[in-house]
Amino acid sequence: MDVDRQICCYCGGCVGVCPQDALTLEDTSLQVDERCNDCGICVIFCPVRALSIKK
Amino acid sequence: MKHDVVVVGAGPAGSIAALNLANAGVDVLVLEKRQEIGAPKRCAEGINITGLTAVGLTPDPRWAVNRINGAVLYTPAGKSFDISLKEHEGYILERKMFEKHLAAEAIKAGAKYMVKTRAESVIRDGNRITGIRASKMGNPVEISCRLIIGADGVDSKIGKSAGLNTLNKLNDYHSGVQYEMANVKIKENAIHIFFGQNIAPKGYAWIFPKGNTVANVGLGILGSQLKGNESPLTYLDRFIDCRPEFFKDASPIEINTGGIPVSSGSGTFVGDSIMLVGDAAQQVNPIHGGGIAIAMKAAQIAAGVAAEALKDDDLSRDRLFEYEKIWRETEGVKLKKLYKLRGYVEKLDDQDIEMMSTIFTADQVVKLTEGDFGFIPGVLLKKSPKLLFLAQKFLS
Repeated sequence: MDVDRQICCYCGGCVGVCPQDALTLEDTSLQVDERCNDCGICVIFCPVRALSIKK
Repeated sequence: MKHDVVVVGAGPAGSIAALNLANAGVDVLVLEKRQEIGAPKRCAEGINITGLTAVGLTPDPRWAVNRINGAVLYTPAGKSFDISLKEHEGYILERKMFEKHLAAEAIKAGAKYMVKTRAESVIRDGNRITGIRASKMGNPVEISCRLIIGADGVDSKIGKSAGLNTLNKLNDYHSGVQYEMANVKIKENAIHIFFGQNIAPKGYAWIFPKGNTVANVGLGILGSQLKGNESPLTYLDRFIDCRPEFFKDASPIEINTGGIPVSSGSGTFVGDSIMLVGDAAQQVNPIHGGGIAIAMKAAQIAAGVAAEALKDDDLSRDRLFEYEKIWRETEGVKLKKLYKLRGYVEKLDDQDIEMMSTIFTADQVVKLTEGDFGFIPGVLLKKSPKLLFLAQKFLS
């Protein structure tokens, strides 16, 4: 999963809906760890479409 | 470093917990991961006066910036209804100021705070939680403590680290986006709520005036309704473009986003040596998505239970469950009802809402948002047998 840091408003909404617990909001920076399996739930949820599945 | 209690998160829940613990003579440290308490907000900033007074706060113009005594509801077709809120009067807060005020009160009472310090995980000795691992501006810090209070919002990590399930599901979680805008032309002593599947699917749009033409303008859409390329932001931009009567010559001064839990509460709020409060425990009104008052009340209850449990040196799950029990028997009962009502409201299409707007009185609508809705089937049956289908949707 990719984070477009130009768009992300670092609200952490995606963190709360990640079933893999793969996301962490570090102050203003959203981190994705190796547990991410590209399920895409956060991509759909993000209020500003800052997230996308890696191509 | 060593403290009796570490509170994770310096929002309203965290600081009310810290304030109450400090007042009870407990040695408490609050960790805030952001560099500034209160910013950026993830909130439309509305609260009932009773939500403030219930936790001992008196509205102060420095942070309670606009008095609200009414609501205007707009149906999908654009009809509007004025509601007087009477005993439900409230304020729009300036949360940057409000949260700093709460932190300052807690600090004056004896609490310690650290900012730009992120809690990473609990420390365990065998099964027992003995402290918390944090990162202070990139430097590792270990803090020994007897109890952790997780007030770390929808992105709570500490609950998960302690083994509590705080995951939100798309059908119980709204995706929210908001601009704070200036030069909005609207009646300022009321909140404005807009319904419609084209405006915000299974949610609503809002305008919460803050005074002097400034207003929070936002919407929330149920996560399971989102698909394709239409993001909540797309909906919000369209909502604003379609309403020049409010927004011609208005511009944003801030953009906010956030997840809004509408599950009526996570599975459990407590474990051995850990308690969750506020958004971290999904303690939010499932109908309107407001959570400040509920979070602060939960924090006050949790702090009361924690102070006694610390005195008795019993931080077991069973002992801390007293907090969850009190909450579920008071606030929780109301939220469960509202959760059921949410399920009903989600079954209504735009036509149903238009029809309902001709049936219910303003007072009844206020009652609905407070969890009192036993009168619905009766009203529907009395008004017209044709409306039975609305009652059926309610009962099914």
